[in-house]
Amino acid sequence: MKFSASSTPTFRSALLCLSPILLAGCSTVVLNPSGDIALQQGRLLLISTMLMLLIIVPVIALICVFSWKYRQSNTEARYDPEWDHSTSLELIIWGAPLLIIIVLGLLTWIGTHTLDPYRKLDRLDAARPIPLNTKALRVEVVALDWKWLFIYPDLNIATVNELAAPVDVPIVFTITASTVMNSFSIPALAGQIYAMPGMQTKLNAVINRAGVYDGFSANYSGAGFSDMKFKFHGMDQTAFNQWVQTVKAEKMLDSQGYVQLEKPSIRVPVIHFGSVDANLYHTILNRCVGGNAMCMDQMMMVDAQSNKRTSSVANITTKAIRFAEIDNAICTTTPSLVKVNNNARAN
Amino acid sequence: MSEITSSAPAMDVGDSSRFYVLEHHPENSTLLGFWLYLMSDCLVFACLFAAYAVLGRNYAGGPSGAELFELPVVALNTALLLFSSITYGFAMLEMQHQQRTKTLIWLAITGLLGACFIGLELTEFIHLIHDGAGPQRSGFLTAFFTLVGTHGLHVSFGIIWLITLMFQLGRHGFTPENTRRLMCLSMFWHFLDVVWIGVFTFVYLMGVLP
Amino acid sequence: MPEQINLAKLIFGRLTWDAIPLHEPILLLTFAMVAFGGVTVLGALTYFKLWTPLWRDWITSIDHKRIGIMYIVLGLVMMLRGFADALMMRAQQAMAFGDSTGFLPPHHYDQVFTAHGVIMIFFVAMPLVNGLMNYVVPLQIGARDVSFPFLNNLSFWFTAFGSFLVMASLFVGEFARTGWLAYPPLAGILASPDVGVDYYIWSLQIAGVGTLLSGVNLIATIIKMRAPGMTMMKMPVFVWTALCTNVLIVAAFPVLTAVLAMLSMDRTLGTNFFTSDMGGNAMMYVNLIWIWGHPEVYILVLPAFGVFSEVVPTFCNKRIFGYTSMVYASVVITILAYLVWLHHFFTMGSGASVNSFFGITTMIISIPTGAKIFNWLFTMYRGRIRFELPMMWTIAFMITFVIGGMTGVLLAVPPADFVVHNSLFLIAHFHNVIIGGVVFGMFAGINFWFPKAFGYKLDTFWGKCSFWFWVIGFYAAFMPLYVLGLMGVTRRLSHFDDPSLQIWFIIAAFGAFLILLGIGSFVIQLIVSFKNREALRDTTGDPWGGRSLEWSTSSPPPDYNFAFTPHVHNRDAWTDMKNNKFVRPITGFVKIHMPKNTPAGFIIAAFSFAVGFALIWQMWLLATIGFVAMIAVIIIHTFNYNRDYYISADDVVRTENARTYLLNSHV
Repeated sequence: MKFSASSTPTFRSALLCLSPILLAGCSTVVLNPSGDIALQQGRLLLISTMLMLLIIVPVIALICVFSWKYRQSNTEARYDPEWDHSTSLELIIWGAPLLIIIVLGLLTWIGTHTLDPYRKLDRLDAARPIPLNTKALRVEVVALDWKWLFIYPDLNIATVNELAAPVDVPIVFTITASTVMNSFSIPALAGQIYAMPGMQTKLNAVINRAGVYDGFSANYSGAGFSDMKFKFHGMDQTAFNQWVQTVKAEKMLDSQGYVQLEKPSIRVPVIHFGSVDANLYHTILNRCVGGNAMCMDQMMMVDAQSNKRTSSVANITTKAIRFAEIDNAICTTTPSLVKVNNNARAN
Repeated sequence: MSEITSSAPAMDVGDSSRFYVLEHHPENSTLLGFWLYLMSDCLVFACLFAAYAVLGRNYAGGPSGAELFELPVVALNTALLLFSSITYGFAMLEMQHQQRTKTLIWLAITGLLGACFIGLELTEFIHLIHDGAGPQRSGFLTAFFTLVGTHGLHVSFGIIWLITLMFQLGRHGFTPENTRRLMCLSMFWHFLDVVWIGVFTFVYLMGVLP
Repeated sequence: MPEQINLAKLIFGRLTWDAIPLHEPILLLTFAMVAFGGVTVLGALTYFKLWTPLWRDWITSIDHKRIGIMYIVLGLVMMLRGFADALMMRAQQAMAFGDSTGFLPPHHYDQVFTAHGVIMIFFVAMPLVNGLMNYVVPLQIGARDVSFPFLNNLSFWFTAFGSFLVMASLFVGEFARTGWLAYPPLAGILASPDVGVDYYIWSLQIAGVGTLLSGVNLIATIIKMRAPGMTMMKMPVFVWTALCTNVLIVAAFPVLTAVLAMLSMDRTLGTNFFTSDMGGNAMMYVNLIWIWGHPEVYILVLPAFGVFSEVVPTFCNKRIFGYTSMVYASVVITILAYLVWLHHFFTMGSGASVNSFFGITTMIISIPTGAKIFNWLFTMYRGRIRFELPMMWTIAFMITFVIGGMTGVLLAVPPADFVVHNSLFLIAHFHNVIIGGVVFGMFAGINFWFPKAFGYKLDTFWGKCSFWFWVIGFYAAFMPLYVLGLMGVTRRLSHFDDPSLQIWFIIAAFGAFLILLGIGSFVIQLIVSFKNREALRDTTGDPWGGRSLEWSTSSPPPDYNFAFTPHVHNRDAWTDMKNNKFVRPITGFVKIHMPKNTPAGFIIAAFSFAVGFALIWQMWLLATIGFVAMIAVIIIHTFNYNRDYYISADDVVRTENARTYLLNSHV
């Protein structure tokens, strides 16, 4: 029986796959960002790639070499059909990748802790630590359908679909969402982090170069997702102060304004708010804007009280009435009434 | 039966015979297969327990387990279910002695105990819903109703299976198939017992503790 | 009249004539094509009087070989649908820049990318993998069928009807617009009140039950039905990977069942598993779905690894290197598959220690995977390699998969993941491993075992065309995506502003076009091979010089697989038999015990389709009736004790004599 020999795969595939790595060096924001955190993250990506290539390149080379050398028509190559085991080779096969993974694992552990988005920055960039008495810029971020709301609590201003920050000042973002999961992402600045309703995530970052950078949502969130973009402006301190003054000239953002803003809309132009209700972000995060529902943090306090009680009631009807009362109260309560309810339940 | 003689050169046919067997009866896989399915079912319950672990204290300002659970009823239910496992065990013993009528009687008692369990549980659920503590009220109640309700659904399906088996036993007696089926139901029933122990420990008992 | 309105609601739920998308030209065109194709097929079936054989020999068949073939046919047909979605996505993304919004509005585009993912994973890759395992495993272990033949038939029909439900969403209603994993709150009732997510839930629930049952079936088969003498460490590596795959199935699919049930309860009953306001927790969904999701990708790739473990030794004429190592590597991969799931959402804010732990376990999993690649490599070393199509696909896999694996390890470093999560870099990575691993593996397997299943080889020329179009097309389609990911482009976007990105998307679209040619070449390969089947005929049953027991049977094998159950003494059992100058017995045949065909599986699955459809449209009456009917059929089926028959010794003699004749006339 004859088996026809077909052509061998060429080096073409191998070259095709290496080219992106070469091309990627030019003008990709991930490998050439403007924020220190993103820079360290991109560097980790490159180091990990180099470590992996230590294995990948020899493997691909061997695949090509063996395919060529041991093809059936090459009768000069040694043919050893019973050879199927070699302890030393197995040791290398399992050991070499293990060593690389150990190195990578160490880098991972250290890098993940250093670059933890929740961790306060300890440097402005590789050359400079954070100067003493630097006050971080706080930004509260709310992912809406389908735009971004940025509140600057210390400056008492807010914007929609425009973010600005002074260069070389640490920024602390606290992030939430109104309805569905999004992901707050400015690749030039730092890695992304999810924005989730009723929950708060944090991101610490700093921008090292002035410029205009792209920001967007990195988690699909519905019809307006593709337009859920904003520009992030890194500016020097003077320009930033000027920008703040421009924003301060605009109207206030209160809970009614927020309720309007929350309604689904696509391709929303930049909006500035000259002042913000101080409690607004708290009510957004705790899902009680406008006072129509019990704030989640109060609800959790009530629940914690429930946990401290043991079972006591025997009468079913009394229970039913009391639960109905409580539900009524929860839906229309203001914070001061919570204590009253607690007392009622304890009786 | 016509044979075509092979034109191949004569080989040592004796050597070839060690490469095949004339008759082969593979072992029956039913019990292993059912056990594997049961373990997958166990995983479903594991997910529901996990959901309860995550959501179990999220009362959303509403009632907690301490305020809702009536432990005497739960104790009665537990007794019913555990006894039904014992009676099923008796049924299996009678099966081993090939006592069809006695097996059927013990199966019937098991089914009745199971039905009482379901009845009591349904009553408990209806009371809770009537009190405004239905599965939509909070994350805690959602997880509670789903975990306990799924267990109850499994018991209900077990009872339907038990009744079906009683008919089949009555009709065909202790055939190998029926014996296997009784053993599968036995595994199922005892498994539900074990899950219930998890339920009353983690949900009811720990739920009423502060 | 209030009563009449309620009755209509009870019967029709929320199904109205508006559900039929008469205003969508693309869908109307699709419907026209499907209707035309359907009428042609049905007409041909009628004209050639094939209905009876179709029902008797295929739909009601419990033969693992037929069920395996049906799975693969289902997978290939659904690949056409899933690939059509891919072409639409590539076209849209290549066009939609600046003022142009492309030809797919977001409402449609978002369904296309969701359907593409769901179909490719659940209704292309899973059936192909299941089909291959179904066909090959019993033959390789010397068995006559699987442990539970009826359950096998039921599993197939559950999968098939699940896919029908997805296809129905094209023409009645719409599909989900959530991405293939449907995270709440987006998939919850508030953000997605329409039927799309319900189609998603019920088609996956039904198919998931089928897959779970098939998992139980194959584990029991491998444990209990191996030929005498075949110890675990003498099984072919494909059987080992099949065992590991099915263990993963049994241990992972219940989680999918549970989490989809929770989501459907939230949507239909108003419960609070994943809501934001009443004590639910959407992050729990993400965790549960990925606890299923990660083992799922190993379920897909392990059988492909198994295929390569069969192909490489066969076409290198050499024992597989490091058999024991391969077995341990497969088992280690199986266990580790459960310890990595969080790497899919490093960016959800779990904290550095948790992220590091899962990052490191993800990297560890690359070690046994790498060991397998090395073992195949050293099987080639000092072998005599024949570059038939299965071997070509294998080489392409080895090169492509290691690149995909490398990018996977890069993504496993949490801080690196923070910048490329959900970007096109991620898309490139998983297509790299799924296409390079699973798809190439399936093509290798199909080309390898096709002669066994149908009695003739596949045409080589068109096979090579398909191969080159696929390989070059893959690189052209996905390497640009790595670059785009590094340029900060996120996934699931329907239009773009930055014109500098467009060239990359155009290259990617061209790559997709090449893959289209590859698929077309494959279809032509099938047709041409059928036409030339006499010239390509496999008369010996062993066209490649195989090493395992399936090659000892005729091509195709008789219904009973083996007239006499083999007795195994070594690994590579068939090679062992050939080396010992095995002569096939030609007398002494006895009657053979076989299971009967049954319509029960088809009927039960058809009811499940009706129940699923009814639940989607909230047709509560139909749902209840359908469910009760389904249970009734199941119970009635258990009253049938007459499920087997004997193939008479005469019939066996006839079949075996025919084979003897064939073998002798082609010496």
